[in-house]
Amino acid sequence: MEVQDKVIKIVSDATKVDAGNIKGETNFVDDLNLDSLDMVEMMMKMEEEFGVEIPEDKTEELKTINDVTNFLKANAN
Amino acid sequence: MNRVAITGISAICGTGNNLQEVWENLIKGKSGISAIENVDENMWPVRIAGQVKGFQISEDLLELKEQSRYDRFIHFALHCADEALKQSGLLNEKFDPYKVGSILGTGLGGFPFMEATTLTYHERGPRRVSPFFIPSFIPNMATGKISMKWNLRGVNYTVSSACASAAHAIGAGATEIMLGRQDAMVVGGAEAVLTGLPFAGFAAMKALSKRNDDPAKASRPFDRDRDGFVMGEGAGVLILENLEKAKARGAKILAEVVGFGATADAYHITAPHPEGEGTIPCMQQALGMAGVKKEEVEYINAHGTSTPVGDIAETKAIKAVFGEHAKNLDVSSTKSATGHLLGAAGGLESVVCVKALIEGILPPTINLENQDEGCDLNYVPNEAKKRDIRFALNNSFGFGGTNSTTLFKKYED
Repeated sequence: MEVQDKVIKIVSDATKVDAGNIKGETNFVDDLNLDSLDMVEMMMKMEEEFGVEIPEDKTEELKTINDVTNFLKANAN
Repeated sequence: MNRVAITGISAICGTGNNLQEVWENLIKGKSGISAIENVDENMWPVRIAGQVKGFQISEDLLELKEQSRYDRFIHFALHCADEALKQSGLLNEKFDPYKVGSILGTGLGGFPFMEATTLTYHERGPRRVSPFFIPSFIPNMATGKISMKWNLRGVNYTVSSACASAAHAIGAGATEIMLGRQDAMVVGGAEAVLTGLPFAGFAAMKALSKRNDDPAKASRPFDRDRDGFVMGEGAGVLILENLEKAKARGAKILAEVVGFGATADAYHITAPHPEGEGTIPCMQQALGMAGVKKEEVEYINAHGTSTPVGDIAETKAIKAVFGEHAKNLDVSSTKSATGHLLGAAGGLESVVCVKALIEGILPPTINLENQDEGCDLNYVPNEAKKRDIRFALNNSFGFGGTNSTTLFKKYED
């Protein structure tokens, strides 16, 4: 599975939003209505799945699916 | 002081997932106690409980993505608040949100999430602890979620006094209405702690029945062969209202809360005072506050947990309070069928008292085969009894030596 597909699947599982409705440009706050606690939980799941540590100061910059995908690709082990 | 009407009731426990099921099974004398399956016998010295089965909270009450974020007692509380609020019709019309509040009781709060997250923390470190961990288990999140769901902005907090929690919550809620601070209150309690650690803890105290091979017979209050309580889970919720305001909006009034007592034994961390020095004045306070003569009371839903010491102490206390009239009382323990809902017990059993007042039927104490020598009252053994009653009293006592008694009255215009 492509990184982006995996990211979308994780987000879909957590938010119960259909994966078909989540795109690269989907914004966590504006489109998925996630709050700060939701975001922490989501980043924990990404760390778990990809074995990558996402520093706290970095999470604020990750606003869309594309942002997360690019970060994970750049920092993959 | 304002009179306090009850306009909605709901319950969930091992005998049913809504008011009607719970009540019907109770008056049939059906046990809700069963074996807990698929657990390691080495880790679970006791494997029986009054478990809620086949329950799934409605998505209207908790969105799908939220469901796994809140511990089970919160699910039960929302479920019962919903049923009771619907019955009351309270929210069908315009209401002042600052005049409607909620006070619930829970003994242990979200213990299952606490237990599971403790393991995560030790095995995988702090970065794996969910940001929803604290909100998932804190005891007052049930009242918090109720306020958010129905926009109730009045007084909102949670009482924790072990197995008297819900009963204290009802007294506290009634006080808000009597004093005119609130017009309506969602009160009662919820508990759901059927995981390994609470079983281990209560078993270590030798408080639990060990009748693993015969679950339905394990909870047997006042019976010679009782050997401890059986844990249950669930909730009981009542809607209390300023009686005059409830009448004015045309609500159907189910019963009234007319008195409550609250005392401490000041004696021992877990054992009840053998002479009832806490529980006797507790029952007397409830009668005194209502101005009800002891001869007027017909039914007591006892604390009656099925422990060797507790059932005798409560029997003695009831006899001391009611004297000669004790022999005219019917006293039953529905824990015989539901198990002990701990902090939610007083909520469930208050709902049972209200149903008994409405229906003129007293639910039985099941498994009462050989009445213990020290237990010599009329315990409504094994079969429900028809009796029109005007006053029903509920006892709830908790570890720490805390006591609560609530007196309910049939509603008469």
